[in-house]
Amino acid sequence: MAKWIKVKNNTKINLSDIPGMRIDELREQIIELGKRPIGFFGKDWGFGYVRLFVVLADDANCDLYISSAIFAPNDKSYESITQYVPSFHIFEREFYEQFGIEPLHHPWLKPVRQNQDKYPFFEMEGEEVHQVAVGPIHAGVIEPGHFRFMCNGETVYHLEIMLGYQHRGVEDMMMKNPSNQLAESINGDSAIAYSIAYSQAIETLKGFEISNKAQLIRKAALEMERMAIQIGDMGAIAGDIAYLMGAAVFGATRTLVINTMLEFSGSRFGRGLVTVGGVNYDFKEETIQKALETFDKVGKDVDRMAKTMLKNSTVMSRLEKTGTVSMEKARDIGLVGMAAKASGVELDTRFDFPDKWMSELGITRKPFKGSGDVNSRFKLRYKEVKESLSMIKKIFNKLKDYKDEPIIVDGVNNNYASDAMVVSLSEGWRGEIVHIVMTDINRKISRYKIKDPSFNNWYGLALAVRNNGVSDFPLCNKSFNLSYSGNDL
Amino acid sequence: MLDTLKARIYQGKQYIKDIENAPMREQFRGFPKLQAGIDTSSCEGVCPTGALNLNPLSIDMGKCTFCGACERACEAIKLTNGYKLTSSDREKLIVTHDTKYEDYVNSAVEVKKEIVKMFGKSLKLRQVSAGGCNGCEMELNACSNVNFDMGRFGIDFVASPRHADGIVITGPITENMAYALEDCYKSVPEPKLVILCGACAISGGVFQECTKINREFLEKYPVDLYIPGCPVHPLTFINGVLSYIKNKK
Repeated sequence: MAKWIKVKNNTKINLSDIPGMRIDELREQIIELGKRPIGFFGKDWGFGYVRLFVVLADDANCDLYISSAIFAPNDKSYESITQYVPSFHIFEREFYEQFGIEPLHHPWLKPVRQNQDKYPFFEMEGEEVHQVAVGPIHAGVIEPGHFRFMCNGETVYHLEIMLGYQHRGVEDMMMKNPSNQLAESINGDSAIAYSIAYSQAIETLKGFEISNKAQLIRKAALEMERMAIQIGDMGAIAGDIAYLMGAAVFGATRTLVINTMLEFSGSRFGRGLVTVGGVNYDFKEETIQKALETFDKVGKDVDRMAKTMLKNSTVMSRLEKTGTVSMEKARDIGLVGMAAKASGVELDTRFDFPDKWMSELGITRKPFKGSGDVNSRFKLRYKEVKESLSMIKKIFNKLKDYKDEPIIVDGVNNNYASDAMVVSLSEGWRGEIVHIVMTDINRKISRYKIKDPSFNNWYGLALAVRNNGVSDFPLCNKSFNLSYSGNDL
Repeated sequence: MLDTLKARIYQGKQYIKDIENAPMREQFRGFPKLQAGIDTSSCEGVCPTGALNLNPLSIDMGKCTFCGACERACEAIKLTNGYKLTSSDREKLIVTHDTKYEDYVNSAVEVKKEIVKMFGKSLKLRQVSAGGCNGCEMELNACSNVNFDMGRFGIDFVASPRHADGIVITGPITENMAYALEDCYKSVPEPKLVILCGACAISGGVFQECTKINREFLEKYPVDLYIPGCPVHPLTFINGVLSYIKNKK
């Protein structure tokens, strides 16, 4: 029997087709295959058994490899994979926390979302060494998380990040009572991306396809979300280095984008737009015309401000060589999305797992040469804003061909396929959002697994601040702008 | 330097002058307008949070995510662009066919003399995100941008609870944040306000059935203001707070 089943993203997989093997064999297989993990999670398999599913991404060939291992009720440990492939570190920690099966010789088996107060933080000793503890409530209006810095004078030797304060048990809720509204609230800054990932998964399991028009509207909305956040974050980075001109201008420019979203969908973040079966609101011709005019202005404003800002030597001295993550480290620890791209690792599911529109609209990948510092992450955002703008124009143009198509199609009330699984990917502005949904023989959802890009990337932030001044932490943090709620679920 | 000045002049003034009468785009989904006597059976089961009650017809804005599912399902419900949704009384958030928007705006917030005297000119707030999805948090940040410029009314978010006159809670209050939230509240000097911001904070919103939340804090301490939305629009927030700390004109 084959060791792996090779599938495409957003296709129905029969659970019975997924190979199962011993965990030792699976570990060797993972090492041999050398692909990137995007799913590594357990499922209660009845009578005390636990089945561990592994989903690996072959980004070069847009394939997914899936396999599994079964743990008997008294199998309470296994040799960890992280020892050999470091990027599994967070996945194995999560699996341990959820199922209590211990990965032996895991280099750092600490909590992911629970027991924050019981965990003994890593400590350093020495005359000059001191600790700085921040959070869970931070100084700004942001989500909660605890940061513990080990400093020598002003220099950060090590940062430990403890999360889980936002844990709401979303996976469980999505299994019992899934809805687009809930999907949008898993991570409210990526509402569209989450709603798309959820809707795609459900549509695949219910076995129907949405109209071309709805696909294009979703795609346009996703790019608008990306553009708005990237502009906002450029402003936030400017704010953190006290370049208030940039903070004000980018902030005002972002408002133009999200207000356009409001005109399309009735919500500044596009809530209520995407639904299982298509989209709830049509993109009307006159609104599109108005949006195009606004976006022209947005493009010019961002250009003008970014160029002015990047010419400023005091700005550059703060951005350059601050918070660097090398390409090698980024690859080793398995960074994804924006954080990976800024370090020169091109990962973008829009291009790695393209839909039919990418070739039809002639959208190609333009590689980004990044050195992994704050400057790279700033410039990457600038580049993505420009790319999203040009994509949106192409999508709006294409929409005209499908004027008469419905925005929503029948099929919402279909039954789920039985004993099936689907892996749904969507590229939010932070990176890949993975929703994996399983059904049982009674056609009910039996497991809902979510992976936010922040899940991979938080450790990248911890590495970025090493040997930087502690006062540069806010700047590093903002340049990543990772999600707490997406990580904590 | 010259470029910076040029950019500054090009940007001009961007703030909304009259924030209390700021126009809202008509597509915005806000205050519900309900009509009695229309068949609402098609609305059965469409509401994801149980905000919609069909018999008699009412919408609880404290639970509502303003997703628009009910208005798409039947004609008796229309979400208007009315954005002044704040109330100082939880019960008043329940809107029936009798509730007119103008009346609601005039009566939902009870202005107290001592609050106006104490906080009317300066209100410093500490925001606590307790399971918030970053939607409300982003909108609260937007309150301080150049468009809305909340600071000009003396309302600001501050870093320390010791400097604050009250707290703004977003999110359904997760178990893991319950302790930190209470600690933060206790650190705010008296007298202090508690403002609940967004459907999650007011009722749990889409997370009502969640087993990992702990809302005991709200049973222990009094709440001053309920500001509905999912997420709360900056105009809703600013006008809501202003209506509580300023005398009516």
